[in-house]
Amino acid sequence: MEKFVKHTGSALPLRRSNVDTDQIIPAVYLKRITKNGFEDGLFAAWRSDPAFELNQSQYKAATVLVAGPDFGTGSSREHAVWALQNYGFKVVLSSRFADIFRGNSQKMGLLTVILTQDEIEKIWQRVESKPDTQFTVDLAAKTVTYEANTLSFAIDDYTRWRLMEGLDDIGLTFTKIDEVTKFEEKRLSFKPKTLPIR
Amino acid sequence: MGKTLAEKIWAEHVVAAAAGEPDLLYIDLHLIHEVTSPQAFDGLRIAGRKVRRPDLTIATEDHNVPTLNIDKPIADPVSKLQVDTLRKNCTEFGVRLHSLGDVEQGIVHVVGPQLGITQPGMTIVCGDSHTSTHGAFGALAFGIGTSEVEHVLATQTLPLLRPKTMAINVEGSLKAGVTSKDIILAVIAKIGTGGGQGYILEYRGSAIRALSMEARMTICNMSIEAGARAGLIAPDQITFDYVQNKAHAPVGADWDSALTYWKTLTTDTDAKFDKEVNLNADELAPFVTWGTNPGQGLPLTASVPNPADLSNAEDRGAAERALEYMGLKPGTPLRSIAVDTVFLGSCTNGRIEDLRSAAQVLKGKKIASTLRLLVVPGSARVRLQAEAEGLDKVFLDAGAEWRSAGCSMCLGMNPDQLKPGERAASTSNRNFEGRQGKGGRTHLVSPLVAAATALKGTLASPADL
Repeated sequence: MEKFVKHTGSALPLRRSNVDTDQIIPAVYLKRITKNGFEDGLFAAWRSDPAFELNQSQYKAATVLVAGPDFGTGSSREHAVWALQNYGFKVVLSSRFADIFRGNSQKMGLLTVILTQDEIEKIWQRVESKPDTQFTVDLAAKTVTYEANTLSFAIDDYTRWRLMEGLDDIGLTFTKIDEVTKFEEKRLSFKPKTLPIR
Repeated sequence: MGKTLAEKIWAEHVVAAAAGEPDLLYIDLHLIHEVTSPQAFDGLRIAGRKVRRPDLTIATEDHNVPTLNIDKPIADPVSKLQVDTLRKNCTEFGVRLHSLGDVEQGIVHVVGPQLGITQPGMTIVCGDSHTSTHGAFGALAFGIGTSEVEHVLATQTLPLLRPKTMAINVEGSLKAGVTSKDIILAVIAKIGTGGGQGYILEYRGSAIRALSMEARMTICNMSIEAGARAGLIAPDQITFDYVQNKAHAPVGADWDSALTYWKTLTTDTDAKFDKEVNLNADELAPFVTWGTNPGQGLPLTASVPNPADLSNAEDRGAAERALEYMGLKPGTPLRSIAVDTVFLGSCTNGRIEDLRSAAQVLKGKKIASTLRLLVVPGSARVRLQAEAEGLDKVFLDAGAEWRSAGCSMCLGMNPDQLKPGERAASTSNRNFEGRQGKGGRTHLVSPLVAAATALKGTLASPADL
């Protein structure tokens, strides 16, 4: 995973609530067996509408997605995170993220930042009037800065540290693998096994 | 102070805990399917890792597979590659797989319970958000992403922050024609699609206790539609009876030990939930969604709402967009909406009781000439059971299509899809834009409403016939 410390870029306003992962990437695009090449499927159903924000030239360079509340609901497909990253997004701002989507993004190093809906609304208005407004998302300081505004956000210290170091979760767990073995020795004997097949 | 059921199961599975870090949780069962696993197996290969516990892992083919001509090679080459990749990975890593044509093949959340490997007190994960289904057994079961699939394959654990707990109390008794699907649709309409974010839900109360295991699975299945990763129900005699004698249920002295343990799996009387929500089962009616998220639902007797009546700007905007997509006008009685397709199936309502209840409504009658009815059993075993009971004949005589097992039209990843503009009454779990096919429109309903709608041609409950 790539380290995330600080990112600066322009933003794309997505004024919709409840953007589920079927909208982020429809199921028919999930048949690939790699983690790349999903950018074509990003918001696929909406891409045919020229008015859709992703099709507007003023937002072409955007790397910060400013989403409505309850972003990433529904299916657990991590492909939604890959599609956003494959397209070039580094950060998503929203007032509410679905739990599984947020977990997936934190595994992949796509930063999901929770701001208040009022703050999101002000950002939408600013970006709509001045699309090249630059946003700096500083994970060390836990702030989003644009023009004269600095907004603070919360994130648990452990996830923040892991993202800033770009650490692989599996590698971290392997440092505790002896404890896993010990736990397995005292597991209840009647717990089911899938093998051998009964 | 006492503990809630979720807190008890969590505590039983903590491998390592440290201040300021997520708990490392042991996973008792890992379910695998073809769509969310290839990149995870690839990750193992690249790192030179193996599957730590193949004996706690099981795979099936469900999302992509056709429901017609399953004895022939899969026609879509991309789907075929994904299924073939699962087969190769399971062989290479020693994982048990139930392939197309096998009696245990089917939707992963139907297969676990029918094999008896879903049991109370377990932690169960799968790269699929409807893993919450298994919570019906008093298990802590939740969906995970592909990075987490790889993590569980490699270590049989997951680092997780402990969620809060929410009680959903449903007291009273359901009227005839009202089902567990209507309970959960009413819950989601009440707390919203984000209401359960950060919580584990526990469904409680007399109306829940009265439900069969399969009806309980329908409720827990849709916890994620309320934003909760997991939802569970304390196990009781109904649970124990359902598990007993299944292929992987404990036997002999193990059964006795298991039963003694399972009986401790209740929320203590002095435990405190972080939040409580109350619902009166007596007041519930058949429910149907009118919009494009599962929270946009109303009793079938209502009319399409007017967005202008909604005070919250966010809800108003969402409703306006939903009605435009759904091609519906405010004030239209829901029962006047005609559909092109009725889909009976999915991990929500694709089990034998669901098929039985729909067949009872359809028996000896013909579906409306204006629509098609697709009946897709949740697993090959459910299909066989239905055929043994003659349900296939009821469906076929009524004019329905009787298919093989899989996720099918619930997510339209295989050829079973809606065409643009087509409208479905569906027993599945998501009415998202394009979920059942690009441009398709979905109304979520119970199997009883699905069957009645198939006969009438417009959204209907059996009482409307």
